[in-house]
Amino acid sequence: MIAVQADPFDAALLLADFSVRAAGAGAIASFTGMVRRENDGAAVSSLALEHHPSLTEQAIAGIGADAALRFELQDVAIVHRHGVLMPGEAIVFVAAAAAHRRAAFEAVDYVMDRLKTEAPFWKREQRSDGAHWLEARDSDRKARARWG
Amino acid sequence: MKILFFGRLKDGAPHSVPPEIRDTDALRAWLGHDRPELLDTSIRIAVNDEMILGNRALDEGDEIAFLPPVSGG
Repeated sequence: MIAVQADPFDAALLLADFSVRAAGAGAIASFTGMVRRENDGAAVSSLALEHHPSLTEQAIAGIGADAALRFELQDVAIVHRHGVLMPGEAIVFVAAAAAHRRAAFEAVDYVMDRLKTEAPFWKREQRSDGAHWLEARDSDRKARARWG
Repeated sequence: MKILFFGRLKDGAPHSVPPEIRDTDALRAWLGHDRPELLDTSIRIAVNDEMILGNRALDEGDEIAFLPPVSGG
């Protein structure tokens, strides 16, 4: 399941649905990313995520397909929000189902590293010290480089 | 021709594109007169929802998107 949506999601429900679809898998791992409350020492009041309607979904579907192939996944889910989000809201959900735990853990880590560096999202934080466009972080690029 | 800007490039829409602009290199150079930030090689271009590498010929009905480096998902 791949989705880029403005609507909020409930990660617990997504995981429950995913677990049903992935029945028979030996391992399911998931990750939920949340909007942070603070960045660079300033309080975050909101985060606006702009996306490209078709390129973003294409990119995410490609990342999911790569993960499925590389880690021999039984199933993979990626749900990402766009629009204006408040601190504490869930922004991204990733789940992977595999025969064994290592593949499931690694697949989720891999998907997140690629989303962070490749998915066409542009983030603008409203903070107590003004509005800031966010750039990709060096730490994210290094994390991405681990996978070749 | 429809031109779209994303992320921090969003502010400021261009005027109509002159007919002598026939490819993405020419379009980038033309827009770059007013907006030199578009000349930066980190700004990527998509034509009709497809990322392009290098130069690409353009037609009347094309949609061209200028994409700054992503902030990540």
